[in-house]
Amino acid sequence: MAETGRLTRTASAVPMFSPVTLLRVAIVLALLAGWELLSRSGWLYRDVVPSWVAIGKALADLLLHGDYYFHLGVTAAEIGAALAIGGISGLAVGILLGANRFLAKAYEPYLYYLGPTPKIIFFPIMIMWFGVGPGSKIALGTLSCFFPVALSAAAGMRQIDKVLIKVGKSFRANTWQTVWKIYLPAMRHPIINGVRLGLGVALIGTLLAETKLSNKGIGFLIIQAYSVFDMPRMYAMLIVLFVLAIGANALVGRLGGLHTIRR
Amino acid sequence: MSALARRVTIANWLPAALGLATVFAFFLALEGLIQSGAISRFIVPPPSEILGSFGRVWTEEHVLSRFFFTLGECFAAGVMITVFGIAGGVLLYRYKLLQEAVETWVAALAAAPVVLAYPLFMVIFGRSAWTIIMIGFVAALPPVILKTLEGLSGTRKVLINVGKSFNLTGSQQFWKIMFPAALPTMFVGVRLGLIFALINIVGVEFLINYGGLGQLINDLAERYDLPGTYAAICFVILVSVVFFMSLEKAERWLRPVD
Repeated sequence: MAETGRLTRTASAVPMFSPVTLLRVAIVLALLAGWELLSRSGWLYRDVVPSWVAIGKALADLLLHGDYYFHLGVTAAEIGAALAIGGISGLAVGILLGANRFLAKAYEPYLYYLGPTPKIIFFPIMIMWFGVGPGSKIALGTLSCFFPVALSAAAGMRQIDKVLIKVGKSFRANTWQTVWKIYLPAMRHPIINGVRLGLGVALIGTLLAETKLSNKGIGFLIIQAYSVFDMPRMYAMLIVLFVLAIGANALVGRLGGLHTIRR
Repeated sequence: MSALARRVTIANWLPAALGLATVFAFFLALEGLIQSGAISRFIVPPPSEILGSFGRVWTEEHVLSRFFFTLGECFAAGVMITVFGIAGGVLLYRYKLLQEAVETWVAALAAAPVVLAYPLFMVIFGRSAWTIIMIGFVAALPPVILKTLEGLSGTRKVLINVGKSFNLTGSQQFWKIMFPAALPTMFVGVRLGLIFALINIVGVEFLINYGGLGQLINDLAERYDLPGTYAAICFVILVSVVFFMSLEKAERWLRPVD
């Protein structure tokens, strides 16, 4: 039997790294080199732009220190509570407004215009109502989270295919069954989008409140590092925080299956 | 007026009237509860006192000059996001490789809680208006870049072909076809950016106790002037709402048909 040749692709045909990857690496390296140069140049006050070595060391210290995880736990618990309270109440209000056009016309403009106001200005009120402890931080996070979830849920409710509701009615589904088996699954994507937005603003609200008045939590640690001018530690905490925030945002999107939406 | 037209008018006004009536009833109930002692006036001042303190806060706390200070910061941040955001979007559009490499980074920056880095900005720019403006700028830049890119990428092929048939140069093609076609989408980005900028600017003013309206709330809260604090918060909400409504109107004017 004649030996047949096998189709093979030479290694040189496929570049190991795509031009996009190479450009990304080049940009990151240029930024790191520029930063290091700036830190050694003495153009800015000492420690304003600390060396990457110092930031790396501070990052390692931070992540190896148990105390940091206690503060991270406090902040995570506050954000979780804010997301649960704000998310559930926002969802309930959103479903109510989305289901009733009259109520939506009456109350949705208030939500729409109050939604983008800076929530941190309500912090003095929250301190009066809930004290200086975690309660006021949770309340501010809840207030921040409520609006995007409510508006997304109301918009999602209005987008539900009428056929699905008619199918529910033809099966004589009661209100609870209609909400649980038709509305919520059909509104999954708008709700997850709202939760993503809500998570982002709850995180900002809670952490800003911690930086303003607190004795525990990541916000407190950041402002403490600022007050003692420990810049490497502050940069390290901001890096961890940004990674966690962006990661949590992406995780919520992935869990909700947002990447599967067909455009 | 026909019966049908009258019914339509009533149907349009009734929800708005219900909304206003609910707000009014809420404040009336709050007043009653506070006056009866069910809610402590040292935690929530009566709405009548808040209403009465508006005039005092306006004159004694120089609200107008504070308003213009905040507006100036918003304007500075707005000019910067417009210039750098649109330039960034055009740059990413022109260089596809760069776009592929950094577009996701810009989107990630839009999701990043930039305002939390305000202590860092304070170290770099000091406790000054520049710290506030720069935070507003950095937080508001990504939507302008992304929307500029979206607007330019979404230019209809037929318009580009018309430009080609007239033998327009690259620059003419950009300024006479692509830029005007992308302008409404770019404005959506600038509007979003300005909203982000206002939120961050007022927030940072409050946090670092410097500047205009945000500082006013912090000042009054630290003096435990509760009716004044509530009045100042109401004023900031009012300013924000008027700001958003004006931007929406401007966008509708620029984009009459979707």
